[in-house]
Amino acid sequence: MEAVMDGVKRALILLFTLDKEVYQITLFTLKVTGTATLISVVLSLPLAFLIALKDFPGKRLIISLANLGMGLPPTVVGLWVSLMLWRSGPFGRLRLIYTPKAMIIAQAVIAAPVILALSTAALQQLDKKLRWQIMALGATPIQMLFLMIREARYSLLAAVMAGFGAAVSEVGASMMVGGNIAGYTRVLTTAIVLETGKGNFDEALALSFILLLVSYLGTLWLTLLQQRRHKDVYN
Amino acid sequence: MYRIRICKIVFLLVLSLTLGVFLAACGQKAPSEGNLGKNSESGEVILATTTSTQDSGLLDVLIPIFEQKTGYKVKIIPVGTGQALAMGEKGNADVMLVHAPEDEIELVEKGAAINRRLVMHNDFVIVGPAEDPAGIKNAKDAAEAFKLIAEKEALFISRGDNSGTHKKELDIWKKAGIENPSGKWYQSTGQGMGATLDVASEKSGYTLTDRATYLAKKDKLHLVILKEKDGSLINIYHVMQANPDYVKQSNPDAAGMINVEGARAFVEFMVAPETQKIIGEFGKDKFGQPLFIPDAGKSEDNILE
Repeated sequence: MEAVMDGVKRALILLFTLDKEVYQITLFTLKVTGTATLISVVLSLPLAFLIALKDFPGKRLIISLANLGMGLPPTVVGLWVSLMLWRSGPFGRLRLIYTPKAMIIAQAVIAAPVILALSTAALQQLDKKLRWQIMALGATPIQMLFLMIREARYSLLAAVMAGFGAAVSEVGASMMVGGNIAGYTRVLTTAIVLETGKGNFDEALALSFILLLVSYLGTLWLTLLQQRRHKDVYN
Repeated sequence: MYRIRICKIVFLLVLSLTLGVFLAACGQKAPSEGNLGKNSESGEVILATTTSTQDSGLLDVLIPIFEQKTGYKVKIIPVGTGQALAMGEKGNADVMLVHAPEDEIELVEKGAAINRRLVMHNDFVIVGPAEDPAGIKNAKDAAEAFKLIAEKEALFISRGDNSGTHKKELDIWKKAGIENPSGKWYQSTGQGMGATLDVASEKSGYTLTDRATYLAKKDKLHLVILKEKDGSLINIYHVMQANPDYVKQSNPDAAGMINVEGARAFVEFMVAPETQKIIGEFGKDKFGQPLFIPDAGKSEDNILE
């Protein structure tokens, strides 16, 4: 218990004395995970719409793969992405290994299946009759998409939150493809592992509280977005 | 009708978005690739090293000086010696700072590593609970201490991660006449030195550690030094660079990316008199003794005496 209290104390000190390194790591964590989540959303959402709206061969295979991908161990992703990006790998020429871009790629690979699988489920759950009704009222396809997004927005944002959570909390992949380089690719999770290895437990604990705070703020923002009342278009 | 149109639109949306992301990514990549490409000829050095040099804080002192002096940017990748050597062999690292002489020599003989130079040494110590259940304190050397631990089946925590320390541990077991230590008393963490010391401390086990990491963590551990200052416990660090000619045979692409000049500059920096002086001073203020003894220019046989 004493260690936990020391950690809390240290976290508060780090936060309120504006410790430069901690702020830098925290902002960087948000930047990497935010970008990765954004990329995952951009890739997954259209695909989710396609899967939900259209029947085509291989549809179930894609859904089952996305469902499998939800449980993809980050360490496995880290290893695969490293093998691809190392100089000796097929994409070595791009010189991406041990850069923030490599971390974004790995985190996007982790978050995308989560977002894809959950948002597909969310869209498939919408009543088919709703779609017919929207069509019958003469909506253009684009209007239709927006109406569907609005209708499924609780579940869609839950999907984004799950993806964000998976990306921000993982450590194995970030460590392997980023290299945990001070001031360059160090994120909160890898910093925690490093401090634990050094035996600086209060420092590690302090960082863990900051990480919790960061994931909470990220989720809180999405929750507010999710719960925001919208003007009822039908009135 | 509508259905088909919607599908078309969704499909186009996916296509354009994917394309957009791809182009954005490429657009970002193109200039930075140009930059990096130039950098790595003049500016970026990947250093694969052991966790001990990182955890002790030595590199935090040395790297900024090197960067300032030469203008190179160093990416320190702290891994076990086993992985560091593999990275150099495949051309994934430019330069290595490691401590497993036998494996290093193997790499040099294969032609995978060049310009291998002696940098410094410190020593390993055997630590354990103060009660010393196996009574290794009176053992005449490290091998005998290990033998006693095995006989008494006292808990021994191994790193088991193919690191320099792990390799040294296996050497000592061999010297003690125990080829493959195994059993409930022999546990392997698969983690770095710091974490392994924590495990040994919490479970009251023995372990082999480098002195620097032990000293850095000593206050938080319930472990004391039980065996030290034995010839077989010396821990020697060498620096060496990856050989593009060797990597070329299997992977010309990777070979072309090795920063030979930067790696050579780093090797020269590590053995330069000013650097050696800093190494000799490092840790004195905090621990009352230096964590590493500089050895550049000496021969390996001399430091054993």
